[in-house]
Amino acid sequence: MIKAILIFNNHGKPRLSKFYQPYVNTQQQIIRETFHLVSKRDENVCNFLEGGLLIGGSDNKLIYRHYATLYFVFCVDSSESELGILDLIQVFVETLDKCFENVCELDLIFHVDKVHNILAEMVMGGMVLETNMNEIVTQIDAQNKLEKSEAGLAGAPARAVSAVKNMNLPEIPRNINIGDISIKVPNLPSFK
Amino acid sequence: MLGYDISWAAFNIIEVMSASKFTFKRIGYLAASQSFHEGTDVIMLTTNQIRKDLSSPSQYDTGVALTGLSCFVTPDLARDLANDIMTLMSHTKPYIRKKAVLIMYKVFLKYPESLRPAFPRLKEKLEDPDPGVQSAAVNVICELARRNPKNYLSLAPLFFKLMTSSTNNWVLIKIIKLFGALTPLEPRLGKKLIEPLTNLIHSTSAMSLLYECVNTVIAVLISLSSGMPNHSASIQLCVQKLRILIEDSDQNLKYLGLLAMSKILKTHPKSVQSHKDLILQCLDDKDESIRLRALDLLYGMVSKKNLMEIVKKLMTHVDKAEGTTYRDELLTKIIDICSQSNYQYITNFEWYISILVELTRLEGTRHGHLIAAQMLDVAIRVKAIRKFAVSQMSALLDSAHLLASSTQRNGICEVLYAAAWICGEFSEHLQEPHHTLEAMLRPRVTTLPGHIQAVYVQNVVKLYASILQQKEQAGEAEGAQAVTQLMVDRLPQFVQSADLEVQERASCILQLVKHIQKLQAKDVPVAEEVSALFAGELNPVAPKAQKKVPVPEGLDLDAWINEPLSDSESEDERPRAVFHEEEQRRPKHRPSEADEEELARRREARKQEQANNPFYIKSSPSPQKRYQDTPGVEHIPVVQIDLSVPLKVPGLPMSDQYVKLEEERRHRQKLEKDKRRKKRKEKEKKGKRRHSSLPTESDEDIAPAQQVDIVTEEMPENALPSDEDDKDPNDPYRALDIDLDKPLADSEKLPIQKHRNTETSKSPEKDVPMVEKKSKKPKKKEKKHKEKERDKEKKKEKEKKAEDLDFWLSTTPPPAPAPAPAPVPSTGELSVNTVTTPKDECEDAKTEAQGEEDDAEGQDQDKKSPKPKKKKHRKEKEERTKGKKKSKKQPPGSEEAAGEPVQNGAPEEEQLPPESSYSLLAENSYVKMTCDIRGSLQEDSQVTVAIVLENRSSSILKGMELSVLDSLNARMARPQGSSVHDGVPVPFQLPPGVSNEAQYVFTIQSIVMAQKLKGTLSFIAKNDEGATHEKLDFRLHFSCSSYLITTPCYSDAFAKLLESGDLSMSSIKVDGIRMSFQNLLAKICFHHHFSVVERVDSCASMYSRSIQGHHVCLLVKKGENSVSVDGKCSDSTLLSNLLEEMKATLAKC
Repeated sequence: MIKAILIFNNHGKPRLSKFYQPYVNTQQQIIRETFHLVSKRDENVCNFLEGGLLIGGSDNKLIYRHYATLYFVFCVDSSESELGILDLIQVFVETLDKCFENVCELDLIFHVDKVHNILAEMVMGGMVLETNMNEIVTQIDAQNKLEKSEAGLAGAPARAVSAVKNMNLPEIPRNINIGDISIKVPNLPSFK
Repeated sequence: MLGYDISWAAFNIIEVMSASKFTFKRIGYLAASQSFHEGTDVIMLTTNQIRKDLSSPSQYDTGVALTGLSCFVTPDLARDLANDIMTLMSHTKPYIRKKAVLIMYKVFLKYPESLRPAFPRLKEKLEDPDPGVQSAAVNVICELARRNPKNYLSLAPLFFKLMTSSTNNWVLIKIIKLFGALTPLEPRLGKKLIEPLTNLIHSTSAMSLLYECVNTVIAVLISLSSGMPNHSASIQLCVQKLRILIEDSDQNLKYLGLLAMSKILKTHPKSVQSHKDLILQCLDDKDESIRLRALDLLYGMVSKKNLMEIVKKLMTHVDKAEGTTYRDELLTKIIDICSQSNYQYITNFEWYISILVELTRLEGTRHGHLIAAQMLDVAIRVKAIRKFAVSQMSALLDSAHLLASSTQRNGICEVLYAAAWICGEFSEHLQEPHHTLEAMLRPRVTTLPGHIQAVYVQNVVKLYASILQQKEQAGEAEGAQAVTQLMVDRLPQFVQSADLEVQERASCILQLVKHIQKLQAKDVPVAEEVSALFAGELNPVAPKAQKKVPVPEGLDLDAWINEPLSDSESEDERPRAVFHEEEQRRPKHRPSEADEEELARRREARKQEQANNPFYIKSSPSPQKRYQDTPGVEHIPVVQIDLSVPLKVPGLPMSDQYVKLEEERRHRQKLEKDKRRKKRKEKEKKGKRRHSSLPTESDEDIAPAQQVDIVTEEMPENALPSDEDDKDPNDPYRALDIDLDKPLADSEKLPIQKHRNTETSKSPEKDVPMVEKKSKKPKKKEKKHKEKERDKEKKKEKEKKAEDLDFWLSTTPPPAPAPAPAPVPSTGELSVNTVTTPKDECEDAKTEAQGEEDDAEGQDQDKKSPKPKKKKHRKEKEERTKGKKKSKKQPPGSEEAAGEPVQNGAPEEEQLPPESSYSLLAENSYVKMTCDIRGSLQEDSQVTVAIVLENRSSSILKGMELSVLDSLNARMARPQGSSVHDGVPVPFQLPPGVSNEAQYVFTIQSIVMAQKLKGTLSFIAKNDEGATHEKLDFRLHFSCSSYLITTPCYSDAFAKLLESGDLSMSSIKVDGIRMSFQNLLAKICFHHHFSVVERVDSCASMYSRSIQGHHVCLLVKKGENSVSVDGKCSDSTLLSNLLEEMKATLAKC
């Protein structure tokens, strides 16, 4: 199971934190500790780390990736495949990239809810829900569309259309069959 | 959120959650998932909102609710929503399905009771058409199985199928990991797995999959203790693949390779040792994680030969290491490596002690106590090393200021504990005892932690005793007195210690020494008596040795020593009693504490008391300040620590020199050996060729320089070093340790939220306001039924699976859709004695729906069903009938809703004569044969005939043989190799008056007709007069009813069956029946193996199934004095025959 997913920048500022187990009063400490563990490491060392004391137990591992200014850290227990999680981080980042178009740290700051939504399509309650990026993007797009249709002014035209569509007009035949009707067009003088 | 507390907004979050717009709802749920936890009190307000969202028509509303719920599900929410989530598991949209499946894991964790009811559906999802849902189900089951693998063994065939068919790496990894957890429980599974796994290893390109495969293969190899022909080949393959991983430039793969390697190490150290070079190389890696893993592996790499070399390497790492965690890890590893299997690899303990001493120079390590424990252990066990150890320890004590003065003296000063103890205990080996004594009495010692000071005090006396003895033997009375004086001067500093233990020991010893001083003044030799205080040898004791001590007879450890305190003591009396006690205690304490010479101390105590007394006007400075004024502390000379002092303590030998020494020693040993060998060889030279010119040095050749004293009987036989104690009772996963193979009981259902209790719906008075509900209710019930039915089917399948598992595991080829059903033990083989497997199966197949039928059967000799339970059952039913009677008074319109029809159970009976399903077969003066014919669902067209043989004579019956003339249609299953005309032996003898049961299997081709088989039982009757050959002919009557199997059926399925129209119909009518309807039904159930589907008043529908799968439906109606039975069956001949039989039965009523 995945215990927690943390994203923080090179200075240890948390950009996203998702805990799948209740760590009620230690969340900040965990983020700090994790940052200290991870930031010390060189670029070309392995991506696995043991010894997060606060997050609990020797069973757990930190699996992280470092992209430009951000660290993506997954804390998992022994039931997860290490390499699998690394791939998952890659999928996550690529999905973010697709959804934000060239994702950068600022996207994560200003659209933290969106990041959470994307994450929710991948990992649910600590278990991996979907690993197929296309599937994730489809679901996110569909939800965004739904959101847009509900939105205030910008959504007004869309709402109007849907309102008209939903109006109860049983008299109007839904599909008019024009096949039978042959309209004789009289020979009109051309306007040429 | 982001680590900040936003619990103040909890209620507002719930408000946003209930917004109608998806945009807001999503944000609300997100906030909830980030901030809610089990302690959030408003969480209970969300139940209905979540339920509403779960059943929302928009899949995204549902999805968002599920996602949110997964983060903050509580036991209450889990209980209330479990059923809703269950229904979502079969939602049409895979998006919802997969989420619902995943969240079930969380629900199980919080509400373990839901696991059993939900499990069949979860299992179903393993074969979902959508890969996402499938993967989710695999995920959940893997998580469950990881904690309690044994409950999921029966799923192995299913997972095996998935493994061979799935292409999704993620799913494959999960399944392979699951198998890794299952194999230790079922070695046969491992054998089956090895081949496909090795194939995967060879074929896959995904490193993650390869790695997991290797891991599971390793787990399999560990679980297989022996008996695999290509065992070593698989290991070689694994090790080879791992080597490739380790050699990879990718650090991640290197890390994982080492991780997996350490698993092999435990069982196959040999195969790992060949890669020593690689692992030592990894020790120098710049990555700490990799170095740590390599360290783990080192444990198995060492031998007597290379231990010193490896430890030397580690010591250089210790010096270089910058992080304390890594250094601590190194330290523990060094100690682990050296001390493993009772110091097996240490050849020179002087070297080891010096290593330990060197390790004490590590700054800020947490493992001082570890080093101390090692020092003590070695000093006690290795007698030859004591002299050396003592000299080292005294040097350590001498330089104690270095250890204790470092700012982070958290751990390392523990070493002084060991040093002081060793110097005291083995003081006879000390070269300069006086010097050491002085070192131990230095004022600085008082800054050490209390428990170390206590050891100091104790061992100072030991040292003192030995010095005293030396001096007296040498006749230096002056010197002896000087030592005593030193003690008297220095001990008071311990008396003032804040630590009670130190204080107590010091004051006790001070008095002792003062007494000795007096004696010395009179020139009395005291040394003998003082050293007698510490006579005797201390031996190592194993941690659990206490278990070896037998509890003395007559000692009950659980019994109260005093009468337990009575509760009669009233509350307000108690404070007074306490007060009283306190007053009494004080004078009691004083004489023991106060000694006549310690007036100062007493005074101080009084001052302290005064200081603590708020009513006392204080004239003295505050107690803390006064503490500093005490004379002992005043006299502490502040030692200036010279920082330029080299860390190496002068006079301590370095461990390195031992490496050289050891090499020399070994060299000498080798030379000697060579010499001896040469001599021998010279003698043999002429006769033999020299086959090995190089003397091979194996581990065993190196003899340790010192002998380790391992007392073999340290541990009691029944205590393992780590038995018990390792199970955490608070483990949340333990609650999920539930047997999933047991059939579901009716009571195990997910709670369904209802507005009213079911009782109200039964009571006719309240029926009126429920009119609108009526339309909904049947639907609900139907659903429930369907579910139940499905569950039952699942259950049956599972039962089959459980049997199949053995079968699946026992065959070598991969499971093609099982060509022949598993050979159940009864094929032809004769299963002896009363309750045997086939019978059990029958019983199982009948399941609970059999209901009251057991009642009659229960009176059968060999079946005893629990009476009290039955009574309860009956009572319940009676209540139900009462309800029914009431319903009769109701207007016919409401009858449908009111009269809870009896469903799925045999009807109740008031009083039925004891009946047995066994019918008389044949009898004579020797033997009586009764038999019962039972069909079994598992084996179509097979019936089991149970024949009970009862010896009525006074002679022993033996050599019994049963020969049956087969007909075209029915054949007896005989043991292989015997011809049709041979008799089948009865597998027992019968002493007089004894009966026993034998079971035989018959294969029937067509079951539509009843038939009879002729048979003969031949036996030898032996009594005192002699033996006679006897015969008894019998006729086995296979009635059509005996081919039927009681099968429960539900009204909706029953209705469908009747509607389907491919059943032929027939009917009978029997007049002159006076028996009650219930008894009638019970009779039909019992004799013809039917079960009641539904019963309304004097009309009942019944169902049964033949062993060949014919459905038989009956409608039984009772008139005034007659009973009519309408039957529908997929085979008309069968039906008419059945009805004929039934007519005969009913005619008897």
